[in-house]
Amino acid sequence: MKNKSRREFLKLVGVTGAGLLTGAATASGSEGLHVNNEEIGMLYDATKCVGCKACMAACKRVNGDYGSLSYEKAKFDPDGLWDAPTDLSGSTRTLIKLFKESESRWSYVKYSCMHCQKPSCVSVCPVSAMTKDKVSGVVDYNKNTCIGCRYCQVACAFNIPKFQWEKSIPQIVKCDLCKNTNLREKGISACAEVCPVGAIKFGKRKDLLQEAKTRLRENPDKYIAHVYGEHEAGGTNHLYLASMPFNKLGLPDIKPQAPAEFSEKIQHTIYKGFIAPVALYSTLCFIAVKNMKKHDKTDDHDKRKHDGEER
Amino acid sequence: MGHNDEYQKLEGKIFTKSFFILLFVVLVGFFFVGVRYVKGIGAVSNMSDGYPWGIWITYDVATGTAIACGGYAVAILVYIRNRMQYHPLIRSAILTSMFGYGLAGFSVMVDLGRPWNAYNFFIPSKWQANSAMFEVALCVMAYSTVLIIEFLPAILTTIETTKWERIHKIGEWLHPRIAPDAQNMANRLEWVKVGAAWLKPRLNKVLIFFIVLGITLPTMHQSSLGSLLLIASTKLHPLWHTGFLPLLFLINCVFIGYAIAILESIISCYSFKRPFEVEELAGLAGLIPWVTVIWLSVVVGDLVNRGQMGAALKLDFYSGFFLTEFLLVGIGSTILFSRKNRRSPRWLFVSAAMIVLGGALYRFNVYLIGFNPGKGWRYFPSFAEIMITVGIVALEILGYKVFVKIFPVLPNAAKHGGPNRHDGKTAPIAAGSMEFGK
Repeated sequence: MKNKSRREFLKLVGVTGAGLLTGAATASGSEGLHVNNEEIGMLYDATKCVGCKACMAACKRVNGDYGSLSYEKAKFDPDGLWDAPTDLSGSTRTLIKLFKESESRWSYVKYSCMHCQKPSCVSVCPVSAMTKDKVSGVVDYNKNTCIGCRYCQVACAFNIPKFQWEKSIPQIVKCDLCKNTNLREKGISACAEVCPVGAIKFGKRKDLLQEAKTRLRENPDKYIAHVYGEHEAGGTNHLYLASMPFNKLGLPDIKPQAPAEFSEKIQHTIYKGFIAPVALYSTLCFIAVKNMKKHDKTDDHDKRKHDGEER
Repeated sequence: MGHNDEYQKLEGKIFTKSFFILLFVVLVGFFFVGVRYVKGIGAVSNMSDGYPWGIWITYDVATGTAIACGGYAVAILVYIRNRMQYHPLIRSAILTSMFGYGLAGFSVMVDLGRPWNAYNFFIPSKWQANSAMFEVALCVMAYSTVLIIEFLPAILTTIETTKWERIHKIGEWLHPRIAPDAQNMANRLEWVKVGAAWLKPRLNKVLIFFIVLGITLPTMHQSSLGSLLLIASTKLHPLWHTGFLPLLFLINCVFIGYAIAILESIISCYSFKRPFEVEELAGLAGLIPWVTVIWLSVVVGDLVNRGQMGAALKLDFYSGFFLTEFLLVGIGSTILFSRKNRRSPRWLFVSAAMIVLGGALYRFNVYLIGFNPGKGWRYFPSFAEIMITVGIVALEILGYKVFVKIFPVLPNAAKHGGPNRHDGKTAPIAAGSMEFGK
């Protein structure tokens, strides 16, 4: 073992070297994400929201039957008169919650898909069941393609896609901005349409962003000086204004770089043009075939002798 | 004559006591699989929208395929590093890999919410090359096929030489009328035998290209198993979330592969009462520290680089799991640095077990323990979930035990492992240790 070890070690280094290179190459430069402000989205102003939950009801009414997503009734109410979800789920795409710090300091908050500029769920879906519309920017889900791997749930930094755990034929559920229902019929998402106090503004991202900044400028005391979603995770089309720190409202602190950018950069470096795998395969073939021949030669002598004995 | 004497079937009854115990465990597992398909995943598992991946993905797929990397690791050693003296180990390693990967694929089908849509993997317009999972899925499917091809020589050998007595007996036991007329059957079986004899030399000629494919594919998908978690930058604890995840997973599966080959050999020699293959194992064990040293230094270097050494030594929940994983691999490898320990079945067993545990814990840490989706989410596998996984593992062991008795898989004890063997410098097992390429 010892006398041959240097050559063998070099060979080992060669093989692992291919792997090392792929890992090391990840440090290469970043191209940065181009934000498309023409996409549509919503601006939710938590200071205006009165917590009436009309948006939730509208969402369920409009989307209830679409895509076989029949909304569930609460377990304690067999007549289906009362549906009071406590969280987003396989039957709830949007939800109003209340955060109460003290008697005088509280805020409502609305949860739904953030419609990221660079959505993680789209990036990770192995079969293109999650897609982002090139024009509207709506992140949509197709149950007819989905294999139910739930990688989108693992990937989403906002924990938005939900799965129907209790069904034998389950699907992923998330807001699609009423893409196939209210948006198609009336040009506006159902939640924004019914909001009685204008807490949800629907429109193009650039207009929403401008509006948000105007509100911040005009009422600096009322708001936290930050538009949530402007830069988070590479920018989202669902923007937030609030009077309380966003992480208290259940909106996670997320860096401006889209998680999908980071992972795709590494994945692309490894598999660019399929060069590395093909190179690896051919190199290994070369080594293995050479080894076989070498081995054959040394082996042949033995073999002949052995065969001779047989006869 | 030829190479067949390098491997041998294990003589013995198939339907032993342990066979039925394992079968019982398998059936319990499959009962819960049935429940899962009727009542939904939520009915049997504790997975949730916060923890959408439980132990089925973490153990059966991410860890199970690493443990099944024995075939991969031994193939690198034999064909790339040209250490043909390890050739006797390869069939049992490939057999374990075959079961490991096949059953990982099976448990994916249990885990998938909409498995009937899985055909989309074969439709180019649905391909999504950005997804690490797409890459993993295709590679694993391809590799499972390659493993079956790699194992074919053993099956063909058996077909060529068998007398089909068992099949006859089963037929008769079922019903005398089902059992076909003996002469008729013999004719047909003769045809199968001729086919097998025709196929074998041809397969042997091209087998090397499949074997190399069997080295390339795991290199790809094992690193991609690490890539899967790259996207969870806000959920995975910084101790484990790094751009080096693909590389760490790749190295990790190599040392787990060698360690499991050692464990498997020791355990099967012990339980089948065969002589320990100390020569091969000592050499194999000498490789492990080389690989683990690379892994450990990438881990430490990366932590220092990202300024996370403090988190590693904080001695909180996460640091505890990190240190356990790190020390298991580190101490296990340190044991193997000693030449004397490498020749002792006892120490080989202890260190290989530590390395497998540590390496597997690393994957658990990345997929489950270090994964925190936010406040309020909690996950611990349910009884049914565990039983499904245990059932699948039992099926693996069961399959292995049956296969080694039907097909020539284990090294021929008469040819090597005998009392008169001298140390590691022995020539490769002489006549016809080569399988193909002639």
